[in-house]
Amino acid sequence: MRKALIWLPLALFAGFFALFASGLLRPDDRVITSKLVGRPLPAFDLPAAASDRPPLASTQLASGKPRLLNIFASWCLPCAAEAPQLMALKGAGVEIDAIAIRDARPDVDDFLKRYGNPYARVGLDARSAVQIALGSSGVPESFIIDGRGRIAYQHVGDIREDDIPMILQRLKDAQ
Amino acid sequence: MRLLIATLMLLLSAPVFGQSALPPAPYADRQIEDAAQERKARALMETIRCLTCQSQSIADSNASMAGDMRSQIRERIMAGEQPEHIRAWLIERYGDWVSYEPTAAPILWPLWAAPILLLALGGWLLRGRIKRRMER
Repeated sequence: MRKALIWLPLALFAGFFALFASGLLRPDDRVITSKLVGRPLPAFDLPAAASDRPPLASTQLASGKPRLLNIFASWCLPCAAEAPQLMALKGAGVEIDAIAIRDARPDVDDFLKRYGNPYARVGLDARSAVQIALGSSGVPESFIIDGRGRIAYQHVGDIREDDIPMILQRLKDAQ
Repeated sequence: MRLLIATLMLLLSAPVFGQSALPPAPYADRQIEDAAQERKARALMETIRCLTCQSQSIADSNASMAGDMRSQIRERIMAGEQPEHIRAWLIERYGDWVSYEPTAAPILWPLWAAPILLLALGGWLLRGRIKRRMER
């Protein structure tokens, strides 16, 4: 017993070493997903963010048909990079609504003029209140809302070109 | 010299990137007039994790989203909401991740048990030593 006990500190050290080494070597995952996926969209009613698009309310998202809800901001660089992919999705017949985070109408107008406007409606969330209520942790993010107004899928970060088939498939699945 | 000026200008321009141009929300950096309510809000904010700067609490972070969360928390406390209710509301959205306060979930039982186990181990070791000394 005594003899075996002498090895205990070394064994503990080896155990902790292995634990920390595995933690250090594992790639970092900083993506925080919303826990509301699979649950109904929280209720909101936002004013218009763009001059030529109507405002957005949560009730309009339960339209009987899956829709894409894009969270963006005119001050966000990845959102500009995402714009061509959203235009392609719109071209494929996807209905896209958007919420502009911490934004101002002239800036949104300018952004949509420069990068294209794939949105049917754009709501203005000046104090990130709806973003927090959605469990969204940044811009850009996209939510697929099914016909009954439930969140079917959350895409964190910008939609890349090779994400488009997956997004189309998920929209179909949400039918 | 020109390089130095260019470097200095770059240093000055960096903080502008990727943040909203909008002014902070009303209660992001302003205390509640009622000191007791402010204490409650402050205690909650110090245990809510910032979504942007993930190793800071929202009380410490300068991210615009953290400012919006602080303002929302202060406004809800002013409206009479309990801090633990707001925490539960946030956990419902972001998971346990968002709170620095450990919960009573089964996965954390070893954490809560650790002090008791360590105290018991200490007691056991002490007993052995005292016994040995008495025998001598």
